[in-house]
Amino acid sequence: MTTHSVASPEREASRPKGPSFGVVDCDIHPAPSSPAELAQFLPERWREHLTTYGVRMPNQPTNNIVPYPRMAPGHGMRMDSWPPNGGFPASDLEFMREQLLNACDIEFGILQPLSSGSMTTNQELGAELTNAMNEWQLAKWTTKDKRLKAAICVPQEDAASAVTAIERYSANRDFVHIAIPTRTMEPFGRKRYWPIFEAAQHFNLPICMHAPATGYHCNTPTGWVSYYIEEHVAFANPPQTIVTSMIMEGVFERFPRLRVVLVEGGFAWVPPLAWRLDSLWKRMHDEVPHVKRAPSEYLREHFWFTTQPVEESERPADLLDTIRWIGPDRLMFSTDYPHWDFDDPARAFKVELSPEDRKAIFRENAVSLFRLDEK
Amino acid sequence: MRARFRRAYTGAIVSDSPYLGAIDCDIHPAIPGTSALVPYLDGYWREMRVLREMERMDLMSYPPTSPLSGRADWRPKDGGTPGADFCLLREQALDRFGLRYAICNCLYGSQAFYDENMAAAFCRATNEWIRREWLDRDPRLRASIVLPAQNPDLAAEEIERLAGDKRFVQALVLSRCELPLGRKFYWPIYRAAERHGLPIGIHAGSMFRHSPTQSGHPSFYIEDYAAQTQAFAVQVASFISEGVFAKFPEMKVVLIESGVTWLPAVIWRFGKDWRGIRAEVPWVKSAPGDIIRHHVRLTVQPLDGPSDARDLERILDHLGSEDVLLFSTDYPHWQFEDDAALPPGLSERMLRKILFENPLAAYPRLKETVQ
Amino acid sequence: MSRHVVAKVGDIAPGQRKIVTVAGRRIGLFHSNGEYFALLDRCPHQGASLCSGMLVSLIESSAPGEYRLSRHAEMLRCPWHGWEFDIRTGQSWCDPTKLRVKTYPVSIEPGAEIAKGPYVAVTYPVTVEDDYILVEL
Repeated sequence: MTTHSVASPEREASRPKGPSFGVVDCDIHPAPSSPAELAQFLPERWREHLTTYGVRMPNQPTNNIVPYPRMAPGHGMRMDSWPPNGGFPASDLEFMREQLLNACDIEFGILQPLSSGSMTTNQELGAELTNAMNEWQLAKWTTKDKRLKAAICVPQEDAASAVTAIERYSANRDFVHIAIPTRTMEPFGRKRYWPIFEAAQHFNLPICMHAPATGYHCNTPTGWVSYYIEEHVAFANPPQTIVTSMIMEGVFERFPRLRVVLVEGGFAWVPPLAWRLDSLWKRMHDEVPHVKRAPSEYLREHFWFTTQPVEESERPADLLDTIRWIGPDRLMFSTDYPHWDFDDPARAFKVELSPEDRKAIFRENAVSLFRLDEK
Repeated sequence: MRARFRRAYTGAIVSDSPYLGAIDCDIHPAIPGTSALVPYLDGYWREMRVLREMERMDLMSYPPTSPLSGRADWRPKDGGTPGADFCLLREQALDRFGLRYAICNCLYGSQAFYDENMAAAFCRATNEWIRREWLDRDPRLRASIVLPAQNPDLAAEEIERLAGDKRFVQALVLSRCELPLGRKFYWPIYRAAERHGLPIGIHAGSMFRHSPTQSGHPSFYIEDYAAQTQAFAVQVASFISEGVFAKFPEMKVVLIESGVTWLPAVIWRFGKDWRGIRAEVPWVKSAPGDIIRHHVRLTVQPLDGPSDARDLERILDHLGSEDVLLFSTDYPHWQFEDDAALPPGLSERMLRKILFENPLAAYPRLKETVQ
Repeated sequence: MSRHVVAKVGDIAPGQRKIVTVAGRRIGLFHSNGEYFALLDRCPHQGASLCSGMLVSLIESSAPGEYRLSRHAEMLRCPWHGWEFDIRTGQSWCDPTKLRVKTYPVSIEPGAEIAKGPYVAVTYPVTVEDDYILVEL
């Protein structure tokens, strides 16, 4: 690990002021200080299993490193996010408070734990790992700092176990969403996932979907890419598949109150996809008679998008077109702390937002969606 | 400009089209059945064709009866394959739109076979069929060389075989192949194409070696077709990241039937990523957006755009260049109604670029032939 | 302009750095091959602590699959988004022009193989007097 001279960077005195209201950060990645910290929430039998067999992921050829090694140590962490006590980035609450929550005026931080339980090929282990992740979030984070809100991690490929997990934690308002990766075994609108939608709608919990480091299928429709840069560009594709599949399978006809958040997938692709789906549906709606309205209507009603990595249009003002087309009520700010492509709330947008849009994107949309003002 | 084209035509003008003299960069003559290819197959494949009952081999990407594959008024009255009838295509595309040239992109199962020898034989037969039964019959027609991308050396041979016929103006591959198209595996194709000044045309379609999405197989055709924009995004990123344009600095790539408006988002994302990840691919020496605007072109149909003309102008402006759009009807695919091959509201300047100037620049061979 | 003593010769080993505060500004001081360079500790992109990033070589290439290294430990990768800055000039190595590009330059400027852009980190002149390293603000 690289050592460096900065223990706790103070904010530069001339840093522009962030929003004057409390920001909601929709994407924080907490880490355990050690494998044991998470494993303590596993039954003994599974602790032993982990020690011997580890966590096996589909399409991951190497054991201790992601298939496309990141361009920063720690599998792609901000280089200044290593806590002074020597732990892994985002494993230390005190340092997270100092570097993120306090420094960026975060009023609420939504955890996205990226549980390997959602992706491991051993389904029983997956259910155990996601459960452990849920217990760990309570013990280490949300009961210690009320700003932090947890995700119900679920093993989505085993819908029955996923529903059990949702039911277990639904009454605890520390949990404000259901976390599922964007690369699923089938397109996410398919019937195998409908029991999860039923539970999510019933308990009024949005589903937040975040890119995992690997997937059940090839990472493109035309073979495996060679480089991390290609993989990162392609991270914008699975959210599009989710939107298309959920709409075309009629999920929102069946579950009219279901809400889905696409995290860290970018958002500039949203208007062109809406136009394309509408155009195709006009001509081929007889293939999908259960889709009763124009696809863009479902998209506008049921999907939200977090902002990080914020789109940096070649001409900054062009981003305002995109925001207008999507609707400023559908975007929610996120930092992706502690990853390398972190967005600072004070500087992420290179274009001036109106005060109403700014407040909506940095706070109000998330407060409303995650019901953060409810006790 | 229109008056000049009128005088150049040897025949009578059959239309008063606003597209008069345009260059259509994507039309689809269709193979009605492999029996049409028999004259161009050798003895072995003629026998195999019968033994293995290989009569119809349409690409799954374009089932002939799906609404997209043929607009209702462009379908033959007898229920035949849309695009298979020469007279209909001449009347409905060439004459109706008053086209100066139209580039034939033939899509067929040969491009998707697993047996590379079979692929090469049937692609060769397809190209001969195009020559004899289309290019020879109307001086306005041009074509892409259909390639057996299964084996890039065989594909390069096919390019060499046909390069002397200047009516072939492009080398054609599908958008979903076995590997991302930038991979060195495919470079024999680009070597041959560059040698002969042929752009690479990537047309929407699939070899179905991988699931159409990163999350497996969608249920419906509408989803499969919608997801094509993802394939194009991957291919553009692959060409750049693998250094194809660094190695072949004159190469042009045409994205055919892609939808167009997905591209600015990719430029923004890729450009942002490049600023931080550049060291992984140090042969990428310019911003991806600049590379794309120099090397990549897009045909305009379908144009996945908003209904509001001002908004359409905005999204096209996000591309950052007037040089990238190429006119196309995508005949006989159903992408627009009546004669509305371009949306209303485009400036005179943009029309000139899209209809005439950009296609001529993208396909240098168009200027070489006598017309 | 005034000059400030920020360190002694020998404080910073070759290829290493030190963050100092001078007149209220955090400045990164870098030692490369007997020379010293000073940059304001703020990335012009999103304000990260630039000088706590990783020091790397300049990485270039003549062809796909070839990697050419030079100027060991003279490029600073911003700890956030990884942008590369030259510690001698503060220049970021790849940044798109803000103008819409209509044509792509066909000829490459001799000696300038990488696109340069308007993002520049603030640098300060550094001098060495006897045993002391001074930065001019």
